[in-house]
Amino acid sequence: MDWNNILTNVAGEFFAPTTAAYALAAIGLNIHFGLTGLINMGQAGFMLLGAYGFAISTIAGWPLWAAMLVAVACAAVFGLILGIPTLKLRGDYLAIVTIAAAEIVRLIGRSTALTELTGASSGLRGNDYKHTFQDSSPFGDGNFQLGPFDYSMSASNSWWVRIVGWTVVGLACLLVWLLIRSPWGRVLKGIREDEDAVRSLGKNVYSYKMQALILGGCIGALAGILYVLPRAVQPDSMGRPMTFFVWTILLLGGAATVFGPVLGSIIFWASLMLIKSVMRAGVPDSIMRTEQIEQFGWIVVGVTLMLLIIFRPQGILGDKKELAIDVR
Amino acid sequence: MRDVATVDRSPTTAPTRSPWRRTRARTALAVLVLSVTTLLGAAPAHAAAEATCVADVATGCINGTIRTSEREPAPGVSLEVAGAGTTVTVVTDAEGKWAVPVTVAGPYTVKVDPATLPEGDVLRDPSANPRTVNALLGQAVGALFPLVAADGSGAAPTPGATGAPGAGNGEVGTPTNSQQDTGFSWDRLAQQTVSGLIFGILLALASVGLSLIYGTTGLSNFAHGEQVTLGGILAYVGCQLLGLPLVLSGVLAVIAGAASGYLQDAGIWHPLRRRRVGTTQQMIVTIGLSMALQYTYQFFFGGGSLRIVTTNPTTLTFGPVRVTVTSLVSVAIAALVLGGVAYFLLGTRVGRATRAVSDNPALAAASGIGVERIIRLVWVLGAALAALGGVLMGLYLNATSWSMGAALLLLMFAAVTLGGLGAAFGALVGSIVIGVVVEVANLFIPSDMRYAAALLILIVVLLVRPQGILGRAERIG
Repeated sequence: MDWNNILTNVAGEFFAPTTAAYALAAIGLNIHFGLTGLINMGQAGFMLLGAYGFAISTIAGWPLWAAMLVAVACAAVFGLILGIPTLKLRGDYLAIVTIAAAEIVRLIGRSTALTELTGASSGLRGNDYKHTFQDSSPFGDGNFQLGPFDYSMSASNSWWVRIVGWTVVGLACLLVWLLIRSPWGRVLKGIREDEDAVRSLGKNVYSYKMQALILGGCIGALAGILYVLPRAVQPDSMGRPMTFFVWTILLLGGAATVFGPVLGSIIFWASLMLIKSVMRAGVPDSIMRTEQIEQFGWIVVGVTLMLLIIFRPQGILGDKKELAIDVR
Repeated sequence: MRDVATVDRSPTTAPTRSPWRRTRARTALAVLVLSVTTLLGAAPAHAAAEATCVADVATGCINGTIRTSEREPAPGVSLEVAGAGTTVTVVTDAEGKWAVPVTVAGPYTVKVDPATLPEGDVLRDPSANPRTVNALLGQAVGALFPLVAADGSGAAPTPGATGAPGAGNGEVGTPTNSQQDTGFSWDRLAQQTVSGLIFGILLALASVGLSLIYGTTGLSNFAHGEQVTLGGILAYVGCQLLGLPLVLSGVLAVIAGAASGYLQDAGIWHPLRRRRVGTTQQMIVTIGLSMALQYTYQFFFGGGSLRIVTTNPTTLTFGPVRVTVTSLVSVAIAALVLGGVAYFLLGTRVGRATRAVSDNPALAAASGIGVERIIRLVWVLGAALAALGGVLMGLYLNATSWSMGAALLLLMFAAVTLGGLGAAFGALVGSIVIGVVVEVANLFIPSDMRYAAALLILIVVLLVRPQGILGRAERIG
């Protein structure tokens, strides 16, 4: 077993763009669930919309900043549409509606009727929309090697994506930290703990919930852009499992904390990589084929999610007293 | 890191797509006439209409073989290959083969004209038509279009995206007699309505259990779809792997489903209720369970579709409506079972106790009803109904797969919400409405969007009447 290679792969996951994208998505979900107590089961829908918004407007020739604005605007409108019917209803309705809405986005995105716009189920090719982001890189072409990690400077799965991705994650953490300490954040936490009490203080609970839903969704859209920058927009890879991974990450790191989502994402992807690499190297093909190892990894994720929410719903960093999942 | 499977889309192919969309809207006869005339006109002009093509340094080939659902060659199927600024029409030869030589490498779009397919056959995966292939000089690339019989054997569930994270693609295949192209006629409306009723009654089997579990425990069970898949997969194991007769393996699948419901409640949900884990937390547990089970099925049975029976079903024709014998029998079984459930709930002591627990568990417990025993019974009943639904749905859709239940789950939730969360008969009404909507929507919107229509209803219902058709307003928080 080549431990050197395995450990390099695992360490590479610590700062991979995917890890950053999932951390960012979990930060968005943290605003929904950790701060406000909204059970959003459609975070992948926000991400997919962000990815489509960014990629389609870039393909249409829009500059980088405009494309990003389109992505965020898509998510904001989506959040508004989702929130109007559901935010007044009980928590599990929001869960069902968000999961259904995310599916609608994916089903429409992969429909052959929109092939010219979305590329149907095969999606949009990465090289069609990456150029504006790559051109904004100050590093130019070529590769750069840091220790065992050798990535290109600007193209595709590059140092540039990593730097931008983690900077955005850092800024989002800062935002959440400021929000938690702000009066606005305290109202959100009040809604999470006891909605009626907040209402009796004269706060418009519905409006606060809507703001939280939209803000978290917009962060989700940015995460969607970050997720598709090193690959392609493929609707089927951004379906329900993606939402569930984001939830696992959030609950693993700790909801209602600032660094929980980041820690959760790093641990999630690194341990998944560790499990899969060790099994690929150590388990003979006759016992488990390569694709079965992949599936085994996802089974482990599902079981982890179950065990986490039962035995340690506050995650690694969270405080159990702070997180009252079942208030509403 | 870029996915190799990503298909190239070049702007040069885009303008050639619009005529296809127009043809799709026309009637089948018109398309047939049209394609025959294009074909006659095009064949002399393009030497490409030969089924032979030899790849050399300056030539690449795009080719394939089209076979009917009976694995016979399908001659006379018209295909359009577009790319590099030209469009070529080819027709399959007597052996079902077709080939197009190209002199420019790059992406080409291949489209089968559905109207020229052998009578009674449809594409197994209509969403893969048109398809883009990447032609290389000196090589031959294939574009395969598998066919299935239109009557009685709809599209097999297409496996989810390969690679992580593998999402079920949300389509559970095209139900019996479902037509592929949109366009309205009264005959088609009748056909789609009947298909919708069949689909709805089968869906009801699964949703009634979901609704009962929600009613008695307050739990939105996201793993209920996997109970449906379990039924389908066990029927496949019984029929195909163990060689048992269909009825026996169906019965065994339902018994195993019931047992899984018992074990699940005894092993997971009862302890969680005793620990006073809240229902929202339990709901997230069901999500984890659903994920673990889906990938467990995939682990053992792979990502492909599994056909419970491999023979082609017999079809009956009533005026404009065609149904298979299998689906008629399935509907009869489903109606009997649903009638039995209704009698159980309304006419027996245990059933009345179940409804009492559903209404108010504390009061039910105070009046001497063993709430936990009722809940256990509901889990067994719900899981058994779901397994039966899975078996019948697997027969109806002509195949099952690891993601069948997951794709149906949201339709079940839509049905249950539409009928009224927790109201058992609401689930029945809701399922039939959803079934009919899904099938009739086929007439007006592309068939790969019809589930989106059903989910849209879910959201609209919540906006207009959140308690559902049969629900009571005070259930809503």
